[in-house]
Amino acid sequence: MTFTHDLIVIGAGPAGLAAAATGADLGLRTLLLDEQPRAGGQIYRNVTVATRRLHGLLGADYSRGGSLAESVVVTGAEVRHDTLVWDVSPDLVVTGSRGGQSFQVRAPQLVVATGAMERASPLPGWTLPGVLNAGAAQIALKSGGLVPEGRVVVTGAGPLLLLVACQLLEAGVELAGLVETAPAANRRTALRHLPAALHAPSYFAKGLRMIVRLRRAGVPWYTGATELEVTGTDRATGLAFDVGGRRLHLAANTVLLHHGVIPNTQLSRLLRVDHRWSNSQLAWHVVADEFGQTSLSGLRVAGDGVAIAGARAAEAGGALAALGAAHSIGRLSPTERDRLAAPHQKVLRGECAVRPFLDALYRPPPYILAPADETIVCRCEEVSAGRIREMARLGCQGPNQTKFFSRCGMGPCQGRVCGNIVTQLLAAELAKPPHAVGAYRIRAPIKPIPVGSLANLQEMADSVVAKPHESTMAKSSE
Amino acid sequence: MAWQRIEDGSDAVPVRLVVEGRPVQARAGDTVAAAMLAVGVAVFRETPVSGAPRAPLCMMGVCFDCLVEVDGRPNVQACMTPVAEGMQICLQHGARRPEGA
Repeated sequence: MTFTHDLIVIGAGPAGLAAAATGADLGLRTLLLDEQPRAGGQIYRNVTVATRRLHGLLGADYSRGGSLAESVVVTGAEVRHDTLVWDVSPDLVVTGSRGGQSFQVRAPQLVVATGAMERASPLPGWTLPGVLNAGAAQIALKSGGLVPEGRVVVTGAGPLLLLVACQLLEAGVELAGLVETAPAANRRTALRHLPAALHAPSYFAKGLRMIVRLRRAGVPWYTGATELEVTGTDRATGLAFDVGGRRLHLAANTVLLHHGVIPNTQLSRLLRVDHRWSNSQLAWHVVADEFGQTSLSGLRVAGDGVAIAGARAAEAGGALAALGAAHSIGRLSPTERDRLAAPHQKVLRGECAVRPFLDALYRPPPYILAPADETIVCRCEEVSAGRIREMARLGCQGPNQTKFFSRCGMGPCQGRVCGNIVTQLLAAELAKPPHAVGAYRIRAPIKPIPVGSLANLQEMADSVVAKPHESTMAKSSE
Repeated sequence: MAWQRIEDGSDAVPVRLVVEGRPVQARAGDTVAAAMLAVGVAVFRETPVSGAPRAPLCMMGVCFDCLVEVDGRPNVQACMTPVAEGMQICLQHGARRPEGA
């Protein structure tokens, strides 16, 4: 297939928006593809249409996304929203689907900016209706101005947990409790990273403001909780946990979970580029140079989809990837590239300085990373942690084998939710490092697509040249 | 228990939907999942394996626990689908069916 563009960017969050704006600004024929109806990704979701009240509630960090989205519009980059990219071939043919019609585009430089997703928090009862990720509550707030009615318990570890708690409080929600799960020992390891983190003092100011806000509101606050269990039979009725030698139960209509975010690596996994396991972030990172170049020529990654560093770092990373792309296709000299890159590299260094501290302070407790035997790990196929351990004892050496024998990871989410946990469970059980255990093999389509949307692709393939490189069977018939 | 709107919606464009045969009102810009939560739908589907009730976990297209049938098309991610006037939404019980079955 011939090139339709100079640069294609997948994902319109901070990294993708910055990449598209930078690329188009340099005169590259740029195409931005995004699954949502509007620019912003999850962090800036709906930022271009949110009401004044919502902007007030979500704060300046959210509103910043508005000017970023605007910056793409003024460059004249081509933007296609409501577009699901469901395949990318090794020669960078991108296959997408929009309004039930599939199409293909291709550029010599592709930037994957598909961001992060929340780490799974497998606990007894986490599959009950009324249990959501904390980020999901924030998305409901951003996209529909919606908050849970009745009593809400938030539990887990991480800056987003405190932020969501503050935002819900601001929106008038009754917080029945904030139950933190980070082990006390985390503080000692975090202290070692404190000097470096102090280079980013704004994080501490924000953190302190959130703590003061929650304390003033008198939200019941528990730390170092263990033995968590969401109670209820048909839906969540509360959260039970041990703290300070006591067993407590907080009645609630909604329980919000959060144990940090991890890179969404579906597309980089589909393309089989190099990944490495991060012991500090307990997740897979994509191996890439400072301009996002991966082990596959022309494929770049940017933002939280590479490693978790936050929205500002993602924005810098997106710009750097576009600069690398422009240089690669001869549109920017090395000197020019490096000159334009310098301010973004500075931002990136500053943002990354605080990460080791946050990663250590909010490292999830062992019972989240290696849940008890009876806890469901794979929500789709309802496979327990014990079943995965049993498979390991029977000789399974990695996630693709346990998937074959137990169906774990074979449901509609295609292992997105359980993958990270299954790798760690197997690593522990087999006494191997996670990188030796590996991850799920990802195949196209990376999301189930209607069979009908393939029909026009076949017509196109007959008239043009390209065909998707792998199975074109829709995954809707399981 | 329903989710609540923090704004009265006087500026919002109303969108009429039918959820499990019940006419309900959403707002333009809502996703199907948000609209369903707002009108008090507590259970979105039952799992094909054990029949356990499920509702959205992630609201961002990752977990697939919000799969519903929209205008006769099964396995649609409610959290990734914007509402449209007259949309018919049905809940999915038990096994996922192949399209058109």
